[in-house]
Amino acid sequence: MPDQEKYNKADPLADAGTEEEEIQSAVESRTFDLGTMEAQTLIKNERLDDEPEVAAADDRVKPRSLWQDAWRDLRRNPIFIISGLLIIFLVVMAIWPGLFTSTDPLKCDLSKAQQGSESGHPFGFDGQGCDVYARTVYGARASITVGVCATVGAALVGTTLGGLAGFLGGWSDSVISRVADIFFGIPILLGGLVFLSVIPSRSIWIVVAFIVVLGWPQIARIGRGAVITAKQQDYVTAARALGASNSRLMLRHILPNAVAPIIVVATIALGTYIALEATLSFLGVGLKPPTVSWGIDISSASATFRNAPHMLLYPAGALSITVLAFIMLGDAVRDALDPKLR
Amino acid sequence: MNSGNSDDDAGAILIDSRASGGGAPGDDLLDVRGLQVEFRTRDGVAKAVNGVNYSVAAGETLAVLGESGSGKSVTAQAIMGILDSPPGYVTGGEIVFKGRDLLKLGNEERRKIRGEQMAMIFQDALSALNPVHSVGMQLGEMYRVHRGVSRKEAKAKAVELMDRVRIPAAKERVNDYPHQFSGGMRQRIMIAMALALEPDLIIADEPTTALDVTVQAQVMDLLAELQAEYNMGLILITHDLGVVADVADKIAVMYAGRIVETAPVHELYKNPAHPYSRGLLDSIPRLDQKGQELYAIKGLPPNLLRIPPGCAFNPRCPRAQDICRREEPELFEVTGDDGAPLPGRGSACFFWKETLHDV
Repeated sequence: MPDQEKYNKADPLADAGTEEEEIQSAVESRTFDLGTMEAQTLIKNERLDDEPEVAAADDRVKPRSLWQDAWRDLRRNPIFIISGLLIIFLVVMAIWPGLFTSTDPLKCDLSKAQQGSESGHPFGFDGQGCDVYARTVYGARASITVGVCATVGAALVGTTLGGLAGFLGGWSDSVISRVADIFFGIPILLGGLVFLSVIPSRSIWIVVAFIVVLGWPQIARIGRGAVITAKQQDYVTAARALGASNSRLMLRHILPNAVAPIIVVATIALGTYIALEATLSFLGVGLKPPTVSWGIDISSASATFRNAPHMLLYPAGALSITVLAFIMLGDAVRDALDPKLR
Repeated sequence: MNSGNSDDDAGAILIDSRASGGGAPGDDLLDVRGLQVEFRTRDGVAKAVNGVNYSVAAGETLAVLGESGSGKSVTAQAIMGILDSPPGYVTGGEIVFKGRDLLKLGNEERRKIRGEQMAMIFQDALSALNPVHSVGMQLGEMYRVHRGVSRKEAKAKAVELMDRVRIPAAKERVNDYPHQFSGGMRQRIMIAMALALEPDLIIADEPTTALDVTVQAQVMDLLAELQAEYNMGLILITHDLGVVADVADKIAVMYAGRIVETAPVHELYKNPAHPYSRGLLDSIPRLDQKGQELYAIKGLPPNLLRIPPGCAFNPRCPRAQDICRREEPELFEVTGDDGAPLPGRGSACFFWKETLHDV
């Protein structure tokens, strides 16, 4: 079987793996002698010499898809590990802020306004005498909720519309693309100042909806391009020639091949959406008290920055770290899913 | 314009297709009559297929031979119903498959025929297999789409199919991805996919072009063997005369979207009746011509946006006369020395007699 041989030879490590398996099975069936044990040691040494960091050479012989490949890359990427740990920490903080502080962020003591840190209040107090540490911890929830929900929303809307535009082409493509262009052309801060200032309610969901409305065209553009590229592949024609329906082509053959760039853009966008929420809140058109948000705190602390810089630095630091963590995650995901962009 | 009136052409070739098929008229599995396909591009209308006629019976192999751009693949896509439109449109003719004109069927009906009753094998199996799904899933998909079987059953069927196309260790490799197979193995998987539902007709579009010469033969043998086993009709699209000789029963040579010669395979090799076929045969490198310059048909295939008037081959033809530049030759019946028509033979050349005898 020349083809079989060729396959094995293409990947020397795969070769080593199968050899080792054979030896292993010989060992297990208790037919081992010094020879096989020798061979086993040799193979192990050889592997150590060749590529010491590949500890998991065994999984190289298993079939791997694009996603498994990407996951393998990610696991070894320090940027991914650092950002991943940070994000897990932030998410835990957003879901169970009570784990980190027992102080109520809304219980304020005006007599302590602008005071520095003291025992039990490590970050000091803000202008209203509220505990800055508690507010920083509770502020994570608003930021992460807005960031995640806005990204999911924008990704869903963007992928659906962009995917349809790319798949259907022609007339539908023109309409969807022009609508996307219109939304793309609205400066996001100007749009925020205009739209959000006329809406009386300032719940988290209004801000999320606003970001989705202005954010989807970016993802739709990427999605449309990715779908058009995937659509022209031979395997799509082949699937069509074998009787796959349009919906099956779209969901089963095109989407899995087009989703990688969308995920990359969405992960990077997540960080920017968190920053956007803070910006909008800072400008007074985003979230409003009593919601606890870093943006609100930064905004209210900015007036007294020279007297009490701690009021601004802690929430701003938390915001920077969060945005940085998500952007780093986005970079790591991009490297793993699209090595050509590196 | 002659190519526009497909009926005359159809009449001319139908005679010989029936003669070669050996069956009564209408017995053919697939009968393409006067097919016309055009691509509407920004630069104008490209007439890719101009009145093609051919037929395939069950168990028969028809080789469609031609250069790139001769319309052989487009004809196949039109038969399968996977022409990209826009810009491609079928503008005329009939595709009669098992007595039904496919061009009169709705999209959904045609989709059900694809895969189930006719299937296609593509040139480059690496790009024709989806990189994100395992081959087992892609093979099983055929059963899941058309038969609605469970995942588990589909996988068992996939292993069975892989065994049938002789992929070693099918059970272990069913979860592998296309890039983990060698070229020959991938093409076997393509073949397995096309054969999954035991269709009546297979269209193989240059199935061995992307393969090593040694593997080519294996894949062609496998295809021929499976074709005989299932008694399928096979349309083999190729530009490789070597591949054709072993497996095909009859040949249709295409040039600029028309069929210029039809013949049983060995007769064409022995005695081509069209200058283009002769040119193709003469451009095969041969051992006994060592040291001599290799023959090449001069010039380039015509731009399909501006097919020359008369015979499309006339600017490149060594035999071209005034009549070739004025009139478009129909597919003439080719007769032997005794004047009796040679079965299955036709040539769209005014000087077929001279070409046949090479004078």
